[in-house]
Amino acid sequence: MSKTDTTENTAAPEEAARAQLSTAPREDTAVGGPTLGVVGWVRWFWRQLTSMRVALILLFMLSLGAVPGSLIPQTSADELKVQAFKDAHETLTPLYEKLQFFDVYSSVWFSAIYILLFVSLIGCIVPRSWQFVGQLRSRPPGAPKRLDRLPAYTTWRTEAEPEQVREAALTLLKGRRFRAHTAGNAVAAEKGYLREAGNLAFHVALIVMLVAFAWGQLFKSEGGKLVVEGDGFSNTLTQYDDFKSGSQFGVDELEPFSFTLDSFNGTYEKNGPQRGTPRTFEAAVTYSRGGADEKAVIRVNEPLKVGDSKVYLIAHGYAPVVTVKDGRGKTVFHGAVPLLPIDNNITSTGAIKVMDGYRDKNGKKEQLGFQAFFVPTFAGAGKGTMFSQFPGLDFPVMALTGFHGDLRVNSGLPQNVYQLDKSKMTQFMDASGNKLAQRMLPGETMTLPGGAGSITFEKDVKEWASFQISQQPGNGLALTGAIAAIAGLTGSLFIQRRRVWVRAVRGTDGVTVVEMAGLGRSESAKLPEELGDLAVALTAQAPPAPHADPEAVPEPAEEPAEPAEDPAPSGEADK
Amino acid sequence: MILAATTNESLARMSDLLIYSSMAVYTLAFFAHIAEWVLGSRSKVGRTAAALTSRTPAAAPAAVTVQVKQAGGTAVLEKPKVVTRSAAGTRDVPDGPGAAGGTVKGDLYGRIAISLTVLAFAVEAAGVVTRALSVQRAPWGNMYEFSTTFSTVAVGAYLGFLVAKKNIRWIGLPLVTTVLLDLGMATTWLKTPSDQLVPALDSYWLWIHVSTAIFCGAVFYIGAVGTLLYLFRDSYENKLATGGNPGAFARSVMERLPSAASLDKFSYRVNAAVFPLWTFTIIAGAIWAGDAWGRYWGWDAKEVWSFITWVGYAAYLHARATAGWKGRKAAYIALIAFACFLFNYYGVNIFVSSKHSYAGV
Ligand code: HEM
Repeated sequence: MSKTDTTENTAAPEEAARAQLSTAPREDTAVGGPTLGVVGWVRWFWRQLTSMRVALILLFMLSLGAVPGSLIPQTSADELKVQAFKDAHETLTPLYEKLQFFDVYSSVWFSAIYILLFVSLIGCIVPRSWQFVGQLRSRPPGAPKRLDRLPAYTTWRTEAEPEQVREAALTLLKGRRFRAHTAGNAVAAEKGYLREAGNLAFHVALIVMLVAFAWGQLFKSEGGKLVVEGDGFSNTLTQYDDFKSGSQFGVDELEPFSFTLDSFNGTYEKNGPQRGTPRTFEAAVTYSRGGADEKAVIRVNEPLKVGDSKVYLIAHGYAPVVTVKDGRGKTVFHGAVPLLPIDNNITSTGAIKVMDGYRDKNGKKEQLGFQAFFVPTFAGAGKGTMFSQFPGLDFPVMALTGFHGDLRVNSGLPQNVYQLDKSKMTQFMDASGNKLAQRMLPGETMTLPGGAGSITFEKDVKEWASFQISQQPGNGLALTGAIAAIAGLTGSLFIQRRRVWVRAVRGTDGVTVVEMAGLGRSESAKLPEELGDLAVALTAQAPPAPHADPEAVPEPAEEPAEPAEDPAPSGEADK
Repeated sequence: MILAATTNESLARMSDLLIYSSMAVYTLAFFAHIAEWVLGSRSKVGRTAAALTSRTPAAAPAAVTVQVKQAGGTAVLEKPKVVTRSAAGTRDVPDGPGAAGGTVKGDLYGRIAISLTVLAFAVEAAGVVTRALSVQRAPWGNMYEFSTTFSTVAVGAYLGFLVAKKNIRWIGLPLVTTVLLDLGMATTWLKTPSDQLVPALDSYWLWIHVSTAIFCGAVFYIGAVGTLLYLFRDSYENKLATGGNPGAFARSVMERLPSAASLDKFSYRVNAAVFPLWTFTIIAGAIWAGDAWGRYWGWDAKEVWSFITWVGYAAYLHARATAGWKGRKAAYIALIAFACFLFNYYGVNIFVSSKHSYAGV
């Protein structure tokens, strides 16, 4: 190692020395492949893959590959939007599907990029770590022959003996926490190993984060549940409205707990231009893990934590309470019907399904279905709009149309509870032959024609809240990785790794000549500054001798260029 | 409640007034900078050409010099002089004298411009603070508020560099120009009356995540200006070095800038220094997303573009450490990375539907 340092390298001695201030892999400049058969090719490929150049290209490809996913709807984020996009772009869709553009982040090509990058990363870190350990165990390399060629240099003559100067320099440098030793006529010192350590820690932390992320994806579970005020949920698979889990997730890993939604409270800006903007959403719940009941409030940024699970408040809406009676006045349905919001003012739609218990006036079993359109704040009759004016429950109105026949809930096909399958249903007609539809205030009843019964919009509108219940391991590991990454990065970017040499030899006139030089991995204004400080400190032990004989000291050929005139270029530190 | 509302409203009006006033002062600073450039002498230019065309290397391998003054018989020791040399292969070109061109007159206008910038900064900062008071929360709830805070922080960072005696006066004119553009856009297109946040934004993570994001943006911006000027200045130096003859205008402007090597180093330091903070910003955002939406990373548009920006800057840092990628190629990567940052801010907020759509843009 010290071989290169001590040889006179006329081209760029400091470049050669500088390269050893880091464990960065050396670039293969040869472009052609090897001629050594399969093993040679594999080796060559591996060297390419773990080179900085390829890492750079892979980083590029990774960011480029992430772009389409932000511009094209993603299945993982919003399936409805993906469907809408597919419907609107018939020619693009097959192409996009082939390119997996609707699932960019789990696509084969995106995975290939980041797996290659991380293989490259591992292939890069391991040798670099060994190299670094080697550097730590060996001593800083001896001084190059021509110290005056290094980026920062100073010299003076002193009456002190060369050994004295070297000893003083050694003590001084060690005192400033340099690793220093005397090699020949010079002291060699190095400092700032934390840069390399930080850099390696950062790259290792990246791997830790990726592992944590992958682990989380494999073992996570995530499900949604809509709960109307007064109702409850218990954490078993059958209770979920929808449920997704990683491939390694086992159902028995679901945290056993249950909760009841006591009340939901939403408030909205009443006045001003932002009227209607949500202000608070709070779901008051009572939960239990098999033991005593506990109360909690779930807010948007404050999930409920139960064991490994977290319960997030995701959305909310209204659930008007309705009562349906058959022709004989028997109640066949009574309950709150959650409706889905379609705009920010919570104009909502949904379906009321009466599946069993209803008989028509002839006593024949039938099913009823109602399409509901609900606004929490009605604009007023004659205003020409049925859309809600405000998300709060100021002037609730519900419009219903009724159907009878077969809801096809038993057809074997999964059915959306918020939509009616009208293919086997007949719409109720009023006396004059128009489709039956009625706009109702709370407390009002719509009578179905021909003695088919009635539906009442009760003076009770409940609210519902939907929750996401997630369980994801690896979060702690990811966070640890993230913190380590930042710490490592900070060390890597703010600490300079640098070497200092102090040479003291007896000059031809018998006076000791001290030479000091510094070398950093990158040019830094701090390096000459530090060298200046060290030199000043050293002059305490090795005071400069007066210029006895100007001839004895080689003068610079000409005025040094500008930067040289500024020993501590703090004013130009950003250069 | 009503009383509070009226004081809030008058605070909000005061904030608007302060922002408009700061724009007026920035405009004056803008003209003072123009005067600095126009009236600053061009006579002192030509140092670059001299350095590049003279045959002797600018920094001779100098030796020596602890100078000892003989004063009244006692030797008074000066600090040993440290001779610096640039790395082999880099041009050794002195920095330009700055916009003032080294003239007293130009310098005077430059100082006036900086004083006006300080005043405008104070007024704008007051505008941001009153806005915060009027809404009683961090003033980062919508794009109008981001934009005003963003330019305040960018100017603050610039003034901080000046106070730290860094060679950064050359950025004055481009900075004030962009600040005016930014404020112009904010007050005309992005103006949102002050109000409360939607519940999702109501979290202490807003303070942590958004403040660091704004700070990173402001500093990345300064780095990007440095990079852009580096590219211009580098072409200029290349042209001179290969015997070309740049036009009088290019010569006059470029000569006053710091050398390409200085600009390059400046932007590298700035970008490298905020990169860990940007990493932290993304991680803080992920933690917040974990609390608000039940997943810490969901490839939402905003998350994707933050990630792209991050990878872009990481690529830049790698390029700087990779043979054959230093210099102009690395500079292009830095500019692309900053463009990604800008797109994440304007593009994603306005054109892409994202979970991060803010109240009133
Ligand atoms: C497989 C590939 C990788 C290799 C071979 C590699 C190699 C290196 C090396 C040698 C350095 C030190 C440069 C120096 O000392 O100035 C470095 C720095 C760095 N690397 Fe990587 N790295 C790889 C992957 C990554 C990845 C995936 C990232 C993150 C996205 C990353 C981010 C960084 C950063 C931010 C620095 C600091 C730059 C600096 O010190 O100036 N690296 N990398």
